[in-house]
Amino acid sequence: MSDHDKIYSTKLQDKVERSTVLMLVLVAITVAIGGIVEIVPLFYLDRTMTHLSPDVKGKVDSKEISPVVWQRKAGQSLDDWKPGDGVRPYKPLELAGREVYIREGCYLCHSQMVRPFRDEKDRYGHYSVSSESMYDHPFQWGSKRTGPDLARVGDKYSDEWHRRHLKYPREMVPESVMPNYFFLDDKKVDVAKVKKTMEVMNMMPFYPANYTEADIASAVGVEGKTEMDATIAYLQSLGNHIKFTEGVNYRD
Amino acid sequence: MDAAQATPIKYDMDVVRWFSIAAVIYLVVGTLIGVWIAAELAWPALNFIPEIAFGRLRPLHTNAVIFAFGGCTLMATGFYMVQRTGATRLWSNGLAWFTFWGWNLVIVLAVITLPLGITQGKEYAELAWPVDILIAVVWLSFGLNHIMTVAIRKTSHIYVSNWFTMSMIVMITYLHVVNSLAIPVSLATSYSIFSGVQDAMIQWWWGHNAVGFYLTAGFLGIMYYFVPKQVGRPVFSYRLSVLHFWALTFGYVWLGAHHLQYTALPDWTGSLGAAVSLAMIIPSWGGAINGMMTLSGAWDRLRTDYILRFLVVALAFYAMSTFEGPVMSIKTVNALSHYTDWGIGHVHSGALGWVAMVAIGALYHMVKKLWNTEMYSDNLINVHFWLSTIGTVVYVVAMWVSGIMQGLMWRDYDEYGALTYTFVESVSAMHPYYAMRTIGGLIFHLGTLVMLYNVVMTVRQASAARSTAAVPAQV
Repeated sequence: MSDHDKIYSTKLQDKVERSTVLMLVLVAITVAIGGIVEIVPLFYLDRTMTHLSPDVKGKVDSKEISPVVWQRKAGQSLDDWKPGDGVRPYKPLELAGREVYIREGCYLCHSQMVRPFRDEKDRYGHYSVSSESMYDHPFQWGSKRTGPDLARVGDKYSDEWHRRHLKYPREMVPESVMPNYFFLDDKKVDVAKVKKTMEVMNMMPFYPANYTEADIASAVGVEGKTEMDATIAYLQSLGNHIKFTEGVNYRD
Repeated sequence: MDAAQATPIKYDMDVVRWFSIAAVIYLVVGTLIGVWIAAELAWPALNFIPEIAFGRLRPLHTNAVIFAFGGCTLMATGFYMVQRTGATRLWSNGLAWFTFWGWNLVIVLAVITLPLGITQGKEYAELAWPVDILIAVVWLSFGLNHIMTVAIRKTSHIYVSNWFTMSMIVMITYLHVVNSLAIPVSLATSYSIFSGVQDAMIQWWWGHNAVGFYLTAGFLGIMYYFVPKQVGRPVFSYRLSVLHFWALTFGYVWLGAHHLQYTALPDWTGSLGAAVSLAMIIPSWGGAINGMMTLSGAWDRLRTDYILRFLVVALAFYAMSTFEGPVMSIKTVNALSHYTDWGIGHVHSGALGWVAMVAIGALYHMVKKLWNTEMYSDNLINVHFWLSTIGTVVYVVAMWVSGIMQGLMWRDYDEYGALTYTFVESVSAMHPYYAMRTIGGLIFHLGTLVMLYNVVMTVRQASAARSTAAVPAQV
């Protein structure tokens, strides 16, 4: 018996090691399992999304708590929304600001995901819930806090504070290590691109924004605005969509 | 065996030579960008212009080290090992050259687009959608060539290194395609079709398996070939390698969820990810022990063989990081470590200590074989070894201290029940550690320069020797 015919492990393993096709097929199946088990249910289990989760949905339906997702009535424009009405798609200027946020890699130093801990509640506010980022293509939860979390930064500082801070962060916070973004003042927002982005957000297979034609037409309002205005609008829109009720468990 | 020696096999090694040289150059460039962005965090005035601000250069750093350096190393070693273990030439040498130029085109495009702020905003998958399509095509050209070369091998069994490389090829294809699904707004801008919690899970399924398959399975393939070759002994245990392979291939895929503990991801997913993470200590350590024990009876070689030192220290870091990772995935630890520099430290003990060290060992080994020569200077390999090791340790220690300190400062309460520190106090407390990290990175980077010099001189020396040898001796 030559060395090559000897089986050192099991018959099956030996067979797999001798066949490229068998090895390839088995590997292709083995590496697929974990991802399928962890990802696919997130698309159909109701409890994944706060607004679909039975307990929360029941309380919203019985008007016990404020809505999690904005239920827009016919004829209402994005400007009819008020903080606390529930999660809504981004307004045109905010969408332009979000593009800047992604372009400059803000997510590399700032998270947008408050965890359910005492210190994070005191520092940032109510813990984040899944439905709050349902219109975030892609998500901006981040993985690192070189700077503070921004999930609830909206309405915490004035526009003027943000403007000065974004331009020269160390003017407002001397110890900051954030780069200067003074150049955002120099560039105007591209109206056509904002419109196109809104159309793309309507085309999304998961959680489309459902902008109306009037919404998209309203994007002309960003004409003349700078990237600085847009970024500030985006930051001010973060975290105040849902009016949370104390004592209610929003996460399953 | 005798027959094989009688008619030496002709391998396609030119493309491997080019990939190897490219890998060394990208290691120098990738770590240099790393040092620069580390310095930016310590001294923010260095963010001179938008194109080199931290937020734009950081993706360039990760892409340069993972895809440029890591990719060229994987393709060099992949093509090298698959030919030698199968005793056959490449299935297609032409396709291999397409892979080489295609991959380098991707890297050039990354260098142009990322500083301009052209990004999809997903970590380690920032490149614009047209580049993503190019990556898919080039990656499949590599995969097809590798797998077809396995198929036409002259040996009876597929060698263990090629199992690991094949699993990497398949998994990275899945990950890249699914994670990059997006709708374009323009040639440069696009938005992921996924959002919020589903996108988070898909992103970290990608993110962790870029680590798990690209930087672990792929480099374990390197380990299983180059450690035995450098020691001159067979792998310690074949059965352990079978267990290591299947457990890792099945298990690693589940780990991504542990990046999202306590977030809005449902609890079951994160807990499942953490449970499998803990179980992964077993195959990971099995693999590390398998590599280490290959040296049994030859440990004295470490005194004289500097290339072997790289490979063994890489295994030590592999064992360390694959223990640290599962610990960090435990929810109570994660509550402290997540969002802090501890994560950065963990990544670099894996990336510098394991990936770069095992790659450097393999590259030195290959350079000698590919140019059929000794290294220009063995002492410089030793210098490089110490610079790499010290640099890595300084870097990792700095990040451990700063990470744990951040975590503790954020959650600290004073006697009145108020938060003791403002956020910015934690930022300014990080300064000395950010400076220390920059120095650690710089030391590591200096080592890569020593390597580049040594490799260039070796290649020149080999070419000079060949041209003299080619001249017929005159009497």
